[in-house]
Amino acid sequence: MNHFARTAGDWISDRWATVGDRVSDVVGKRPVKIPLIIVGVALVYLLPILNLPIIATPESDFPTVLFTVTVYAIVAVGLNIVTGYAGLLDLGYVGFYATGAYVIGLLTAYHFAWPFLLVLPIAMLITLVTGVLLGAPTLRVRGDYLAIVTMGFGELIRITIRNTAWLGGTSGIKSIPAPQGIGDKSTGVFQIPHLDWSTGTPLVDLNRQTKFLVFGVLDATPYFWLALTALIVIIVIERLVKRGRVGRMWEATREDEDAAEIMGVPTFKFKLLAFASGAFIGGLAGALFASKAGYINPISFPANLSMLFVAAVVIGGSGNRWGAIIGAIIVAYLPERFRQLEDWRLLFFGIALVAIVSFRPQGLFPPGNRARAQRAARRAARDAQREVPVV
Amino acid sequence: MDFSFLFSNFFELSITGLVLGSVYALVALGYTLVYGVLQLINFAHADVFMWGTFVVAWVFILTGASGSTTLLGAAPYLLIALVAAASASGGLAMLVERIAYRRLVRKRALSYIILISAIGASFVLSETMGIRDKVVALIDGIINAVVGLFGGHIDIVGWLSDYTSRARGVTTLPLTIKPQVVFSAGNFSVRDTDLTIILAALIMMIGLDQFIRRTRLGREIRAVAQDPEAAALMGSNSTSVVSKTFLIGGIMAGVAAVLYQIKVGATTFDLGVVLGIKAFTAAVLGGIGNLRGALLGGLLLGVVENYGSALFGTQWKDVVAFLLLVLILLVRPTGLLGQTLGRARA
Repeated sequence: MNHFARTAGDWISDRWATVGDRVSDVVGKRPVKIPLIIVGVALVYLLPILNLPIIATPESDFPTVLFTVTVYAIVAVGLNIVTGYAGLLDLGYVGFYATGAYVIGLLTAYHFAWPFLLVLPIAMLITLVTGVLLGAPTLRVRGDYLAIVTMGFGELIRITIRNTAWLGGTSGIKSIPAPQGIGDKSTGVFQIPHLDWSTGTPLVDLNRQTKFLVFGVLDATPYFWLALTALIVIIVIERLVKRGRVGRMWEATREDEDAAEIMGVPTFKFKLLAFASGAFIGGLAGALFASKAGYINPISFPANLSMLFVAAVVIGGSGNRWGAIIGAIIVAYLPERFRQLEDWRLLFFGIALVAIVSFRPQGLFPPGNRARAQRAARRAARDAQREVPVV
Repeated sequence: MDFSFLFSNFFELSITGLVLGSVYALVALGYTLVYGVLQLINFAHADVFMWGTFVVAWVFILTGASGSTTLLGAAPYLLIALVAAASASGGLAMLVERIAYRRLVRKRALSYIILISAIGASFVLSETMGIRDKVVALIDGIINAVVGLFGGHIDIVGWLSDYTSRARGVTTLPLTIKPQVVFSAGNFSVRDTDLTIILAALIMMIGLDQFIRRTRLGREIRAVAQDPEAAALMGSNSTSVVSKTFLIGGIMAGVAAVLYQIKVGATTFDLGVVLGIKAFTAAVLGGIGNLRGALLGGLLLGVVENYGSALFGTQWKDVVAFLLLVLILLVRPTGLLGQTLGRARA
């Protein structure tokens, strides 16, 4: 049974790879690729407007769900740098998420009333500094210990917030203002009606219009656009960094720290860089979350959330940004789509973690180079078996 | 910082610190034993302990204990609870090993892959407890769908309602154990519960220490810790030794759960997060993989934590353990007594 499961899995992944290669042969050509990407991105932007049946969530507000999924995707991209590229298991990522959220809360509502777009970069910078401050002493610790230490730091940040009145204490920060929009508050620059599929055919729902670009409690669509734009910017930057020297240094450090050090990689520096970049992106996600939620308190950032983030990256495929994003979609979207499963979600992802790690430790969508290497190794093993001379 | 409070209550703080420290030490054993044998962090261990605390509460509900009594009056209930919690935690620990570890250990997976698997197991354990009302409702639904075919109905939800109520809240013991002052001097007094907890923990630790030193299984555990391959060549089945190591750790967690309930008398499904970090800190402080280190680390952590919360206020209590952990890992990662289960010191 086991053997069968393994060979069947291999067969499917080999098959998928060939299909994938063929598709990418056609799609991979630049003149085809660029328009395809543009159409795809436009479709994602229009998701809350199109309100497609099956994908849309009947029991919760669809644009809000899309916003949450996007924030999780940002978190997954950030955590993927730390855990996937640099190989540092971070169980306290929620600490950075909380830091970003609290900087927004403190500077736009609690102590000052600065505009969101000014505070956003400040929030990211402060989270970056937090990442460096926490990383500098702890990143000398290796492997499993690091995981526990980061988990401790996640709790440390939460407890510090809870116990400090200046940071809002247990009662948290209320009425965080929405970001400044464009155009008139009541109409926006222009309005886009949503589609309504309740009769089976798409109808233009004039009662439900998104004002471009007015952030408010009633309509989460502008927030989704903001978060999606942030996600795309992050992916573009992250891709540039990953493809360059820094990305290779991270991977070398992950694969074998000692060997990398001998080859002249200043591993500590690059681990710290990965940790700080992860923190920076986590801060962005937290800031977006706070401005949409309008209310934050320490209970919004439990240790569980870190585990959920790690689950997203590992289930999706640690080391592959698209895998991590798909993991985030699974973790954030499925429980909203199937609302009756909401209470079961942590239990379900616990089981999923054990199962994934036992049967497919590379995740659902592992990074291309690793998958290719594994396929090559399997093929070599198979060939070697065939070539054993009969004695 | 409130130094005068610390000094005027120094002995009181030390005693209560030792009490909590005993619990940490017993839980730390689970980390230290598994780390000694597999060089892996037993991440789900704190949740095994959490299940133990619930089993204690359930035994009290089942036997109909209520009201308030002295420690002696509660002794019969506590003995039943001890057996039940130790077997439940021990069994669960073995289950965790079987499901989350064995396959990966055999495949020689990377340690962080196994850690993720253990995190998954820890999630499953704490969440099944956290939504136990819904789990029972689901089982009830399935069974009644079958029984309904024959026209019957079994009210499982009703039967178990005492055990599943407030699944995400605090479950308190129905029986309050009133501590009796054994002797007091000045402004500090020693209560019988405190003495019992410290003594029980000490007895368990000494017993385990001797067990690992003198028995056949103990020798096998030490052998596997030293060199699994050589141990296998000498005829010990390392898979079963690892499984039994988890069992011993689980039993210790069950005992710790009873002691914890004597002291605190309440538990929640997410108890494992903070207690796990503390017990792990205790294990690392003493030198992970070292049994006597776990005792020293646990007691030390309990006391230091108490002094810390006296100085900075109780709301900072949990922070002391985290900071201590980071400090040890930076300054002396091998802990106070060094890391050895394989050596003679174990």
